[in-house]
Amino acid sequence: MLSGTWSRWQRFRVDNELAHLFLHSPVAIVSALVATLAVLAALLAPVISPFDPYDIGGIDLLDSLLPPAWTPEGDARFPIGTDDQGRDLYSAILYGLRLSLLVGVLSVSFAALLGVTLGLIAGWFGGWVDALVMRIADVQLALPAILTALLVDGIARGILPDGSHDRLMLVVLTVAIGLSLWVDFARTARASTLVEKRKEYVQAAIIMGMHPLKILTRHVLPNILGPLLVILTIDLAVAILLEATLSFLGVGVPPNQPSLGTLIEIGTGYLFSGEWWIVLFPALALVTLIVSVNVLGDFLRDVFDPRLR
Amino acid sequence: MTADTLLEVRGLTVSFTTRFGEFTAVEGIDLSVAAGSIHGLVGESGAGKSTIGAAIMGLLPTSGRIAAGSVTLAGLPLQDLDDAAWHRLRGSRVSMIFQDPQTSLNPLIRIGDQLVETIRQHADIDEDDARRRAIALLDETGIHDAATRIDDYPHQFSGGMRQRVVIALALCTDPELIIADEPTTALDVAVQQQILDLLKRLVAERQIGVILITHDIGVIVETSDRVTVLRHGRVVESGPTQRVLGSPAADYTRALMAAVPRMETRLPRFRGILDDVSADLAGPDVRQASVADGFRVTGASAELASDWLLRARDDAGAAHDVTRDGALLEIDELSVTFGARGGGWFGIGRRDGVQALRNVTLSLAAGTTLGVVGESGSGKSTLAKAITGLVDPSSGAMRFDAATLPPGGTRRRDHASRRRIQLIFQDPYASLDSRFTVERILAEPVRHYGHATNRSEVRRLVASMLELVEMPQSALRKYPHQFSGGQRQRVAVARALLARPELLIADEPTSALDVSVQAQILNLLRDLQDSFGLSMLFISHDLAVVRQIADTVAVLKDGDLVEFAPNERFFAAAEAPYSRYLLSETPSLAGLDGGTVH
Repeated sequence: MLSGTWSRWQRFRVDNELAHLFLHSPVAIVSALVATLAVLAALLAPVISPFDPYDIGGIDLLDSLLPPAWTPEGDARFPIGTDDQGRDLYSAILYGLRLSLLVGVLSVSFAALLGVTLGLIAGWFGGWVDALVMRIADVQLALPAILTALLVDGIARGILPDGSHDRLMLVVLTVAIGLSLWVDFARTARASTLVEKRKEYVQAAIIMGMHPLKILTRHVLPNILGPLLVILTIDLAVAILLEATLSFLGVGVPPNQPSLGTLIEIGTGYLFSGEWWIVLFPALALVTLIVSVNVLGDFLRDVFDPRLR
Repeated sequence: MTADTLLEVRGLTVSFTTRFGEFTAVEGIDLSVAAGSIHGLVGESGAGKSTIGAAIMGLLPTSGRIAAGSVTLAGLPLQDLDDAAWHRLRGSRVSMIFQDPQTSLNPLIRIGDQLVETIRQHADIDEDDARRRAIALLDETGIHDAATRIDDYPHQFSGGMRQRVVIALALCTDPELIIADEPTTALDVAVQQQILDLLKRLVAERQIGVILITHDIGVIVETSDRVTVLRHGRVVESGPTQRVLGSPAADYTRALMAAVPRMETRLPRFRGILDDVSADLAGPDVRQASVADGFRVTGASAELASDWLLRARDDAGAAHDVTRDGALLEIDELSVTFGARGGGWFGIGRRDGVQALRNVTLSLAAGTTLGVVGESGSGKSTLAKAITGLVDPSSGAMRFDAATLPPGGTRRRDHASRRRIQLIFQDPYASLDSRFTVERILAEPVRHYGHATNRSEVRRLVASMLELVEMPQSALRKYPHQFSGGQRQRVAVARALLARPELLIADEPTSALDVSVQAQILNLLRDLQDSFGLSMLFISHDLAVVRQIADTVAVLKDGDLVEFAPNERFFAAAEAPYSRYLLSETPSLAGLDGGTVH
């Protein structure tokens, strides 16, 4: 009857229908299954992979560039062949998945933490704080992710002692990717905070004299989680892709460590000489992972965005 | 079926398919509308009023269908029409007027083009003739200077004028039947009266039949010839308005009429109204069946909460003995301006802003209720915000309990007034955090103001307060969305009380509620005031509600205080012309008792 009551009712429906909608969406179920499998494979890589790609002693250069097992020259030990250093491609992909997912999760967490904090502050306090944060965000958006990553990588190389760079590679990647992704979180958190701030339950807390920090963490943040969750999922796919891109370009993971990006990079070198499997299988793994995470994010977006329903 | 019966509805049953199974929204509705008459459909939310309107228009959502019964328009059965036939019929023989004139017109298209398009859709005439007809229609619905205004966009009209355009749009194909779904709910009383008068005139002149759907009994009494009272999708009672509402036969109608606030006399409380809990249990929501279960917190009781509140009052009374007789709240020459800017060099960027309040002087005696009335934009909510510190006044002073009340910008977070003044909001859906349980919502003020810190102590206090506002203790474990609007408003009242306030500011606390729930909440507020000597600032657009609850009345118009007078004197002989105008425009039930409809 009243227009103001409608969105609340809709939100309540959303909360209760998430499971229902999920179970009635085959695409969402399949992609969730694939994503879960990928996570499990990454977690269990040391257990389920036949070789350890980090163990130099277990690699025989004579095994290099072997095609998949079902081809005439194939070797039964290596189901989808080996790369140029004789590493089992299957094991390398499992370990690569592990690294890619780790970097993805870490950098998205970093981006979410930074972005949501800044967005909440900008939305709540408004005025020059808001203007400052949002202009920084605009500048950030003008820098391509690659450029940010190169910048961070360059600075890290400059200030860190020689040799420690490879060990801190994970941190460098996380910061680089996180810095290029926080803007989405900040903008969404800011917009949602502006909406929630005008709502009466928040006004009630202001009147009570509650500390802004308490209002933000107790009332505002839990109520704006929906759209942030969507961005979290979609940005996870973006972060994994960015890691692959950076590693492919040689500014990410060192080539002796298998990540999906480095494997694809190695593979491209052999693409025209006939060794197609080195690039194909890591790329397939990457595409499947990205698509399934993206589809999941899209599903969540549909659920949380009433305009699309 | 008499000769002039235009619409005949027999045994109409509408069901919706949901994932919980088949849900019957309305069942066995009989209705007949004569040409040249207004038939009122009245009932509280969930009664199925709008569903009946949609079924007659063939506008049920895809999940709904007419499961049984017939709808006949001047001999033509409507229930079996296909889409194409509906398309020809809708708009040409049956039209609809919606609640919100803001959204029922396309904001990007000139109103003339919207009218011409509709006219030409249903009649084979050229553009110029259609335009002439559109101008005539606008003229007929009371738009002055129709020939020029026809080229205006919807936003260039005021709310009332826009609703006139919507009515012109509904009339432009010469329909036989118009369904008006809450056509005046979004409008101020004075505009509402004009629109209702227009509707009545058009019905008499053009001999069309109108189904008027509304929750407002006053509107029904003033306009409709016959009325059907609905509850939970069934007809409770039907017949001539005078008979049905004047001397109701059904218990429900009687309870409904008892809950309607009247302007003539001030009653000590509403009697013979429906019981809140039983009404909610009868609703379709199965979860609520568990509301009445036996969950109890040890040692919690309404008496405990009552004693706790009384103790606070005694302490406060002892400390401020002298001021008790005087005014608790004094507003002195208060002005609030929004959006004003001083401007930089040479006054560049200077803006005057909007004056929401202009030199308002008011006072509220301890233990009494001050009713603040006004139309939308009169500044009544701004007043509440200024007192609670949500907006800063541009000039003037506020005093609370003889001490200066600093404006919001400089009021410390631990200022005593933040506890002693509590606010109850209009929308009980938005004023409670939907992710908190009722226990967490209610525990917040208790902990914040340091009334109790011990977990079990807080819980006992919270459960007791729920009992005091006539809610079951089991509500503690539930979330706000599991309750009806009235129950939620009770939780909001409990939250305010848990601060141990001396002044309650209620900003339209019953506007979002059904009339019987409104009566319950008003009863509750009055009981609380009697028991605990609370002072109250009650903001409302509804004069009848203010008549019932306030001791003194303040009328605001465009930010100015127009009149400030005791209840009896105001309603017997208001002095300001604007007050008298408001009083005369408010729909009243006086017609029923006097025997003639106004």
